[in-house]
Amino acid sequence: MIAVVDYDAGNVKSVEKAIEKLGAEHILTSNQEEIKKADAVILPGVGNFGDCVNKLQERGLDTSLKEYAASGRPFLGICVGLQLLFEESEESPGVKGLGILPGKIKRFPGSCDLKVPQIGWNDIVESKGRLLEGIDKGTYFYFVHSFYLECEDPSIVSSRTEYGITYDSSVEKGNIFATQFHPEKSSDAGLKVLANFLKIAGEV
Amino acid sequence: MLTKRIIPCLDVKDGRVVKGINFLNLRDAGDPAETAAAYDAQGADEVVFLDITASADSRDTQLSWVRNVASTLFIPFTVGGGIRTTDDFKAILREGADKISVNSAALMNPNLISDAAMKFGSQCVVVAIDAKKREGSEGWTVYKNGGRVDMGIDAVEWAVKAEKLGAGEILLTSMDADGTKAGYDLELTKAISSSVNIPVIASGGAGSCKDFYDAIDVGASAVLAASLFHYKELTIKEVKDYLKEKGVSVRL
Repeated sequence: MIAVVDYDAGNVKSVEKAIEKLGAEHILTSNQEEIKKADAVILPGVGNFGDCVNKLQERGLDTSLKEYAASGRPFLGICVGLQLLFEESEESPGVKGLGILPGKIKRFPGSCDLKVPQIGWNDIVESKGRLLEGIDKGTYFYFVHSFYLECEDPSIVSSRTEYGITYDSSVEKGNIFATQFHPEKSSDAGLKVLANFLKIAGEV
Repeated sequence: MLTKRIIPCLDVKDGRVVKGINFLNLRDAGDPAETAAAYDAQGADEVVFLDITASADSRDTQLSWVRNVASTLFIPFTVGGGIRTTDDFKAILREGADKISVNSAALMNPNLISDAAMKFGSQCVVVAIDAKKREGSEGWTVYKNGGRVDMGIDAVEWAVKAEKLGAGEILLTSMDADGTKAGYDLELTKAISSSVNIPVIASGGAGSCKDFYDAIDVGASAVLAASLFHYKELTIKEVKDYLKEKGVSVRL
């Protein structure tokens, strides 16, 4: 069973609908035991990094998610769900992320020519790994974010995207996957990414 | 590279699309979900729904069509019209909408922008501005209630304030250009785009492929059109092909 983590942080409905469309079953949960038992976990999220960390902590989910990730079972973080996997973010100085992967979340500089948040369809200039299997570089995904990942371990970066700078837009380490873009909002290409995850998780 | 977005806008009344009856091959051309899916298939980057239902007790109907759209549409969509409180935001976002557009309610209570941004994140707060050229002097003023009431507020100042309060995007409609098909108000689009660091969606006046290009050229991050697409005078694909040929980055 796939557990979609419900911690009151934004649009989980689209993720749920996409999983349903792809023919898999899931539960929406904030229960630590259910996450411990899950065969796969999806951590969505939009909003403020510090708020999201607080919301996870209030529910005791920070520990559950760290334990789950260490178990080697498939995990997918989306958007802020990617950012939370790392150590810290310029959005919320002093707040510690889950620290499951090494790296920092930084703010786009921003100007009239480089609007922040980045909102819209951008392509990936590199593509590798199991999550992005069958996805060519140059494929467009939908992004909405003001902060970007600077991963400390280049070997786990599975795609990069250009927005003023070239940044890490998805990562993959063992069975831990995460995308800065929203696969659930990226039409056919996005559904393909989610289908890949479900396949890895043995759910379809 | 980030692409420029082409956004069709659908007017919804009592849960039904009131424009856009010309689509072929739809079982139910008045159904918001099906109409939006047809736009997705044409290459729309997002869809904006404007609920023009007059009655205040139509919330359940609204939530129901939003829910249906979210089950079938896997590109982002915005819902506007009649949203007054952060509870309204919450209810609609929970049904699967990505962004909420506010207009009159934000003018009456600017804190709605900051409250919503704080609770749900700036990315889902779109401030819609209806602007009209000032008679006899420079600049544009902002109108509320669908363009019926002049607020006497300068459009550029309001956009800057909306950004400060936490808006993630500005949906800018020129009341002068709207419905003319003579092109977007480029001066207005430029004035607002160059004053804020958040994306500006130009709206009102699109009549040809070149109009889309011109709005992007003066700084719009996205361009919106309603009747032009509804009545199939242009398809989204035609607009994108044109833009690509002119060197604009678009998702094809």
